[in-house]
Amino acid sequence: MTRRCFAAIAATLTTALLFVGCTPTNEAPTASLEPTSNTATPAEPTKKLVIGFSQIGAESGWRTANTKSIQDEAKKRGHDLKFSDAQGDQENQIKAIRSFIAQGVDVIAFAPVVETGWGPVLKEAKAAGIPVICSDRSPTFADDLFVTFIGSDFVKEGEMAAEWMLKNVKGPVKIAELTGTPGSAPANDRAAGFRAIIKDNPDYSIVFSQTGEFERAKGKAVAEALLKGEFKDVNVIFAHNDDMALGAIQAIEEAGKVPGKDIIIISIDGVHDAFVAMSEGKLNCSVECNPLLGPLIMDACEKAVAGIEQPRRILMEDQVYDTTNAAAALPDRKY
Amino acid sequence: MKSMPSWIYALGALIFVLLFNAFATPGFFEINVLDGRLFGSVIDILNRVAPVALLSLGMTLVIATRGVDLSVGAVMAMSGAVAASLIARPEGNILLGLNFGDSVFLIVLAGLVTGLLCGLFNGLLVSRARIQPIVATLLLMVAGRGVAQLISDGQIITFSAPAFASIARGATLGMPNPFWIVVLFAAVILVLTRWTALGLFIESLGSNPIAARNVGINTGALLLFVYSVTGVCAGMAGMIAAADIQGADANNAGLYLELDAILAVSVGGTLLSGGRFSLVGTLIGAILMQTLTTTILTRGVAPELTLVVKALVVLAVCLLQSPTFLHMLRPKKVAA
Repeated sequence: MTRRCFAAIAATLTTALLFVGCTPTNEAPTASLEPTSNTATPAEPTKKLVIGFSQIGAESGWRTANTKSIQDEAKKRGHDLKFSDAQGDQENQIKAIRSFIAQGVDVIAFAPVVETGWGPVLKEAKAAGIPVICSDRSPTFADDLFVTFIGSDFVKEGEMAAEWMLKNVKGPVKIAELTGTPGSAPANDRAAGFRAIIKDNPDYSIVFSQTGEFERAKGKAVAEALLKGEFKDVNVIFAHNDDMALGAIQAIEEAGKVPGKDIIIISIDGVHDAFVAMSEGKLNCSVECNPLLGPLIMDACEKAVAGIEQPRRILMEDQVYDTTNAAAALPDRKY
Repeated sequence: MKSMPSWIYALGALIFVLLFNAFATPGFFEINVLDGRLFGSVIDILNRVAPVALLSLGMTLVIATRGVDLSVGAVMAMSGAVAASLIARPEGNILLGLNFGDSVFLIVLAGLVTGLLCGLFNGLLVSRARIQPIVATLLLMVAGRGVAQLISDGQIITFSAPAFASIARGATLGMPNPFWIVVLFAAVILVLTRWTALGLFIESLGSNPIAARNVGINTGALLLFVYSVTGVCAGMAGMIAAADIQGADANNAGLYLELDAILAVSVGGTLLSGGRFSLVGTLIGAILMQTLTTTILTRGVAPELTLVVKALVVLAVCLLQSPTFLHMLRPKKVAA
């Protein structure tokens, strides 16, 4: 008797927990469907589109800002956005795209979580005559499967970080690099861009390179070890994203050094916390990787449906921020 | 004749890695005093090992009962998210509108209670609903991270709370606080399992559950207990991880650490098939894993190689622990 009772409780708890776990995915689409279905806000001359967007997940502040920008822009223009969160899983993303095809949306946009494996599902979209737009991460599948790519130029970001260093840090410079997740496009491209600029300059050398996997905790652990090893006298830390740089700043402080002075720190992304650190002088430079892709994606969707020719790659203009202009820009930062 | 303790190979490997560093990594054993605290690679190891050490202490008891707890990483994320949201958003957070102000004691308690509740949930599923541990805890491993994301709205909650951060960043008597936390947890669990009959009960449950029940051990309560202990340990580990970076990252905090903990337990000589366990071995196993990580980071080994190097050392220890493998190595007796 008691055992059955417990089983029932356990089952209820489990179900409850599963429901809790599911909420974010279920809620997101309903929330974004709402504005277009009944309320008429026809300020736009263009036809209202049904757009299916498959997002990677909500793994960082950057991603959340990216999602919000897309949702806000769709709402503003009165398009019906079917939003799906893949929670970092390619399988979910493929399922989402299939369901967009089944629903007969006008256009599909997605941020591919990995570079490969998209061929079959994109061929289905092509067969159904639905144009596909790729965002954020550069695709490696056949050119005829998507209309255009919209995102940031990661190579350029690495180059801009290196150019800032050449201009502001002089003399023989020893650089430690905190790389992103091995094999990911931003990590590969940012490393390549950075190296391309410094390779002809013998004063600058990368003496240490280790992955912090884009995470604050791992960035801190790597920097902590760096500061005790044979390369503890590095002058510059170049981190592939802000989170790792922020972790490194903590490690430098704990090692009794002054971040931003004893060791110059350069990073990429330009998230809110990085701006705070720059205005405090702890972070020297952050190259922006702008997540507010919403307007560009909506433009591309409208053009794709209207059949207007557009470039293969549409790149976001990114800017360099450092301690001189970060404090002024801080209040306007959206992410 | 008393046989060698099961963790002798892990200790041997640890000494080997340390000797290697003594000769090959300059400054590895250098210890300086900075702001009244010790500072050096060895101290780093004892500091950084804390989360995995805590997880694997609890995991040892669970594994000794023939179970396994896959949810510890997710529980870390949850307790970190609970603590961080109590600090960063005292008003309007979704945790029933609780407001603990800046009382570190209450916030830590909230994190520990989060862990305890998760442990009880696992324990109930295993002991009352008789779900196999790997399945029961898999549930929370998957759902727990979702709950953590709900608590944190899918964001990394950052906060500036020096008092709470000192859990991970502060030092007492020269040693980093996480080290003392592990010492405290290890001492309590050791006393509970070695100075009372509890350890014996756990071992008998793991060796033969039916016999254990027949001699009158309340196996259900015992299972509930070991999973709760693991939950509380994971709760503490989650708060150390959050305090360390002054932020709770629901996506990455504790990710895959359940595997590190299981590895530390098995390298430390406790068999996954249950029965006899060694908490000392587990601690040595955890320290061995962290020493490898710190060595790799300090020496700047290429990131592609780090996991391979780790795997090779673990493989060596596991092979040495296998009686069958040792038997194969032994020279065949030649008939006279």
